[in-house]
Amino acid sequence: MIPAASAAVLVAALVLAPLGAVMIRAGGLSALTAADLEALRFTLWQASLSALFSCLLAIPLARALHRRRFPGRSLFIAALGAPFLLPTLVAVLGLLAIFGRRGLLNGALQALDLPGVSIYGPWGVVIGHLFLNLPLATRMVLQGWQAIPAERVRLALSLGLGPAEIARHLEARMLRAVLPGAFLAVFLVCLSSFAVALTLGGGPRASTIEVAIYQAFRFDADLGRAAALSLVQVALALVALAIASRLTLPAGFGAGLDRAQPLQLAPGLPHRLIDALILTAAAGFLLSPLAAIALRGLPALGSLPGQVWQAAFTSVWLALGAAALTMALALPLALAAPRRIWAEPAAMLPMAASSLVLGTGLFLIAQPFVAPTALALPVTLLTNAALSLPFAVRLLLPEVRALQADYDRLAESLNLRGLAPGCGSSPCPGLPARRALPRASRRPFRWAIWAPSRCSRMGAARPCRSPSIS
Amino acid sequence: MLTLDKILILQDDFRLNADFAIPEAARVALLGPSGAGKSTLLSTLAGFLAPSRGRILWRGTDITQLAPGARPLSILFQDQNLFPHLSVAQNLGLGISPKLRLARADHAKIAAALDRVGLSGLGDRRPATLSGGQQSRVALARCLLRGRPILALDEPFAALGPALKSDMLALVAEIAAEQRATVLMVSHDPADAIALCPQTVLVAEGVAHPPAATAALLADPPPALAAYLGK
Repeated sequence: MIPAASAAVLVAALVLAPLGAVMIRAGGLSALTAADLEALRFTLWQASLSALFSCLLAIPLARALHRRRFPGRSLFIAALGAPFLLPTLVAVLGLLAIFGRRGLLNGALQALDLPGVSIYGPWGVVIGHLFLNLPLATRMVLQGWQAIPAERVRLALSLGLGPAEIARHLEARMLRAVLPGAFLAVFLVCLSSFAVALTLGGGPRASTIEVAIYQAFRFDADLGRAAALSLVQVALALVALAIASRLTLPAGFGAGLDRAQPLQLAPGLPHRLIDALILTAAAGFLLSPLAAIALRGLPALGSLPGQVWQAAFTSVWLALGAAALTMALALPLALAAPRRIWAEPAAMLPMAASSLVLGTGLFLIAQPFVAPTALALPVTLLTNAALSLPFAVRLLLPEVRALQADYDRLAESLNLRGLAPGCGSSPCPGLPARRALPRASRRPFRWAIWAPSRCSRMGAARPCRSPSIS
Repeated sequence: MLTLDKILILQDDFRLNADFAIPEAARVALLGPSGAGKSTLLSTLAGFLAPSRGRILWRGTDITQLAPGARPLSILFQDQNLFPHLSVAQNLGLGISPKLRLARADHAKIAAALDRVGLSGLGDRRPATLSGGQQSRVALARCLLRGRPILALDEPFAALGPALKSDMLALVAEIAAEQRATVLMVSHDPADAIALCPQTVLVAEGVAHPPAATAALLADPPPALAAYLGK
């Protein structure tokens, strides 16, 4: 348990010390302005609606993906993860290429003499978040579907249960278990939205807390207000975490024998047509902006200046370093989470923090000792590692829980402790720890490698997200 | 008569041929090494897998394309035979109406089925509050209510102790005799086959062989079965 406690203290220090540094420099907290309160109201509005719509639309999309097999299905699911891989600003550019004033959609509407649509404003922010987070929610719900043991589906089919009864007895229970987590994940990501609100918000009416923090830093130099806003953001995230944990119920399906799912789910032309329609609409919404980016970007790839490639190289090693640090913190916390009540909230803490306050605070802490510019890259690495931690832990947790359910008694009976059998004295069972890495590495490590790579630089938005957080 | 007419099951590098018939009301075990395809064959008969070639006929009618729920077959799995969020009575009710629209007469049938398997008065309990043996009896009672002429057993009693397993096999034999049901049972244990099934289909080396007398087959097993039995 010592590694987990150390990781928790380190993470808490990493999040709270910069906040404290900003507060000390400011000489305390400043009162929030009317504009800040409006930003708070809009943040809650857009984060709630973005999470709600992402989850609602993810249900039919994930169901269609689960029950249909078609050529290119795996490629389609992989492409769904693409919005995660793009920097938020590039994703917004893709959206504008389709839904912007001069985008394809408005061009088509104009050609038909129909009134155009605007993506700017409060609803534009929600659409932007939907584009970025629908794939996240879809992946989480799809995992829920795939986790229903094949035996249960076979039992339902053998009893002649139709799609409505399967929805009632299997899918509704799975969604009850999965949706609070999916809603929370999207809500938290949108809570600290910066780039989408700044580019699509269209003015002060659609300003988020993170944008207000940026304004407090950049235009008003009011560190006390920035710290106060950051505290509000942390409090909101903790309340959301508490509510989601109370709402989440286990699906209670139990373990299956890992048999292949039967394929005759929802047979019949009407069901197939509905699924085809859903998949086509989702592909149009999610993939057309990506195609627009590719069409515009690929021809110019060869003419990029040398500095871009140098920056890309820097990004890669930063990402590798951040991934290694993230996993070093995530593994002990994930292993401790099923037994220690503090481990999961500690891992989730960075999700609630403002990346702007985090970065500024770290610079303030370092400033008396070294020139801040000398620490730009290490601080960026540290910030990105911290911001990726919640995703890494959420990815590892289901595997850790399954492993501990499978092997805890065996490990206890053999008195396996620490990371290797017979070494160390912590009560953390050695066997799960030793087995978690290879088993969990099927998915989480893949995402962990790239998750920090797309965390923004300090001062930009926080687009770190993972497609299979659960 | 259940007829497997030149069935071929292909899955990646797995291949299984079956071409034989099983008389009505027969009790047949499916024996063979692990991975030979016993459960796969049962899944194909139940409609969870489509054969790559061939037909499945019941009383001369082709049922190869029928959905699992429409087949003349009830199946018991090794695990997860009951929905945990439904009561025992509701789990049984699914055998009468998948939408759980049950009339008073249906409730009487459920009570009678529970009585038949020795679980009177447990209709309101949740499956999690029952022992493994009791859960198996509930699942068997549901098969009784469905009244399908074929009963497929995919090692449903593997996790039970010897005495409980013996009780369950005896109960299956009684119910099958009452209903004139055709029983197909996958098992790893030759003793189960001897206890319940006079006939055995040997599944080995890519072929499900026509049924043979269980006692004779086990007394003089072919090489693949002998290796599996450790003889």
